[in-house]
Amino acid sequence: MTGLAVLIPIALALGLAGLAAFFWAARSGQFEDLDGAALRILIDDD
Amino acid sequence: MTAAAATTDAVAGTTSIFTVDGVHCAGCIAKLEKGLPQLGGVVSARVNFSSKRVRVEHAANLADEDIQAAIVRLGFEAQPLVGEGDAAVHDESRRLLTALAVAGFAAMNVMLLSVSIWSGATGPTRTLFHWLSAAIALPAIAYAGQPFFISAWRALRHGRTNMDVPISIGVTLTAAMSLYETAIGGTHAYFDGAVMLLFFLLAGRFLDSAMRVRAADGVAALMRRVPTDVLVRLPDGSTQRRLAAELAPGMRLMVAAGERIGADGVIEIGRSSVDRSLVTGESVAIAVEAGDTVLAGTVNLTGPLTIRVTAAGEATMVADIARLMENATQGKSRYVRIADRASRLYAPAVHTLALLSLTGWLIAGAGLHHAITIAVAVLIITCPCALGLAVPISQVVAAGALMRRGVLIKDGSALERLAEADMVLLDKTGTVTLGRVGPLSGLPEDPFERGVLLSLAQASRHPLSRAIADLLERRGVLPVTLSDRVERPGLGVSARLGERVVRLGRPDWVDATLGERDGTVAAFRIGAGEALIMTFGDALRPDAAPAIARLREQGLTPRLLSGDSALVVEAIGEVLGIEGGARMAPADKYRVVDELAGGGGKVLMVGDGLNDGPAMKRAWVAMAPASGTDVSQLAADLVFFGDRLMPVPLAVAVARRTMRVVRQNFVLAIAYNVLAVPLAIAGLVTPLVAALAMSGSSLLVVANALRLRGAAK
Repeated sequence: MTGLAVLIPIALALGLAGLAAFFWAARSGQFEDLDGAALRILIDDD
Repeated sequence: MTAAAATTDAVAGTTSIFTVDGVHCAGCIAKLEKGLPQLGGVVSARVNFSSKRVRVEHAANLADEDIQAAIVRLGFEAQPLVGEGDAAVHDESRRLLTALAVAGFAAMNVMLLSVSIWSGATGPTRTLFHWLSAAIALPAIAYAGQPFFISAWRALRHGRTNMDVPISIGVTLTAAMSLYETAIGGTHAYFDGAVMLLFFLLAGRFLDSAMRVRAADGVAALMRRVPTDVLVRLPDGSTQRRLAAELAPGMRLMVAAGERIGADGVIEIGRSSVDRSLVTGESVAIAVEAGDTVLAGTVNLTGPLTIRVTAAGEATMVADIARLMENATQGKSRYVRIADRASRLYAPAVHTLALLSLTGWLIAGAGLHHAITIAVAVLIITCPCALGLAVPISQVVAAGALMRRGVLIKDGSALERLAEADMVLLDKTGTVTLGRVGPLSGLPEDPFERGVLLSLAQASRHPLSRAIADLLERRGVLPVTLSDRVERPGLGVSARLGERVVRLGRPDWVDATLGERDGTVAAFRIGAGEALIMTFGDALRPDAAPAIARLREQGLTPRLLSGDSALVVEAIGEVLGIEGGARMAPADKYRVVDELAGGGGKVLMVGDGLNDGPAMKRAWVAMAPASGTDVSQLAADLVFFGDRLMPVPLAVAVARRTMRVVRQNFVLAIAYNVLAVPLAIAGLVTPLVAALAMSGSSLLVVANALRLRGAAK
């Protein structure tokens, strides 16, 4: 049971971190152009 | 990833969005994003590859037309996006997405705990896990369930019921019952089921909102194009500013170059060119002189005009069309989407079933707690996850497939309606034909000669020269350098190519023998070589005949509606093998559609002009080419790009396949309910069974819809 007391909060914290990251990504428009993002890696910046 | 937005010194004032055709690869993105800022006044350009759009930040004094021309020079087709920028729909999608994320997070974490319970946790461990689940699930349900709770509450307050009512009741009851179970240390808590349910339902709602576009107010946009005040010349020679509404037939109107014309009329004095894009969608200006008629809302481009008003205010053609479109919107019975039809049947059935199980078990002698547990299980198991996903997932996948082939869907129900269409009415100019004057025959085959011709054509602003230049530029011909390029107005362009003189212009000026040809022609000659006679006209779309044949194969009866003379319509009808009506005014087209609709026909109207607007609004479903007028695109449910007509039968085929998949999905979803409900009523459904059944059926429906990815091939 002591193991659980450590592991469960860790699991939840990681989950929440993922959720927060998703919120940030959605808000800053990371999902606006998924196909384009895959192609932009090929553009040479000069 | 932001480096692509290059900047210049200009200050951003306005944002314009264009839909761009021909963006296929990373190179195209770079070409647009680096090429557009070279145009003075453009601050930055950002391509959205998925939606084939480019967002241009530019100085306020730079016209959309100039940016559009710049995009075309870069080798893409572009149309300014109209009727867009609907913030409300976008906000709704975003709210659903965040709710979906919260539900997803909660579902995963609760499931983690539930798996431990299913694998045998007992006693205090199980109770602890139940409490933890409750701590995650209850706030998540309170947040992610809001879209359903709010909508259900709204329906109930008005004494109605909708799909969200059983969902809300089911989720709330499940959560409450699970909390009670947790408090008394019971064996089964359904927190996992409740959040998973929300997750799948939200996924369906989110996809659905992505497909929904609120109808833009096309009529208001149309009337904004007519100026509100105009300059009137009084009989004594003085001039006065007046409201356009006060104009009366017979008055004289002064229109400066660059101004929009405020009334329909006949030109009395002056020579100019007029941009009739509001009426025809064609951006090439038309030359006008005394005696020609002009329409309210068109733009006088080059010279001042004096116009005798023939119709003003409510009597102008634009106002007439706006009124017809308004009527059309009212006359059209609201289409009930297939998902809504399903949910109307669904909600009462579920309520009754749950209530029957409750009373049934009570009568059979079960305790209240036991009976309620079973009723709640029935609510969970019948919740319409798969049903809610069945339609939107199919439509989203099909829309993506069509988008890759250059067809944009403006509304989710468009595919449903398109699949049912049994008749197709086509406008002639701009729909079956390209809607612009271009060389029909006589272009040189040799690449070098083509380069010479392009170089000559670029030296002139004459419409025929521009048509030649436009076509050759599109085909990627490079101009050959010529010396002494001179334009002789009314005759043509000449230049030197080394020792030889090259000419493009009127056949007699080029010393060419015309032979049997008539119509609009031009001749091109290099030195003393043989002269080429080029004929011009509004060409049919290259695949018009096969496209119409395919529509016929699909069981749609094609018919042509045209404002042109009977002769022209007959000639085209003969080539394509269809008949049609000639000399049709906007009201005639509207009436034809109205009569067909009255007789139960489901008309697909394809049109591009202002005069097609009312008919398109009245039709069961409408399509417009992206080169058409703003009005036609606002009235259309689908918009297609490019010079081909094939997207029309293609869209019909995809729509029909989509509806087949939607129907299969309904069968899958309902079959699952038919299998699972007896188990629930019998009291055999544990949280594990509920979770498996729900996710299984949802995945099945999604997998089936993904088959549509290649539907537009």
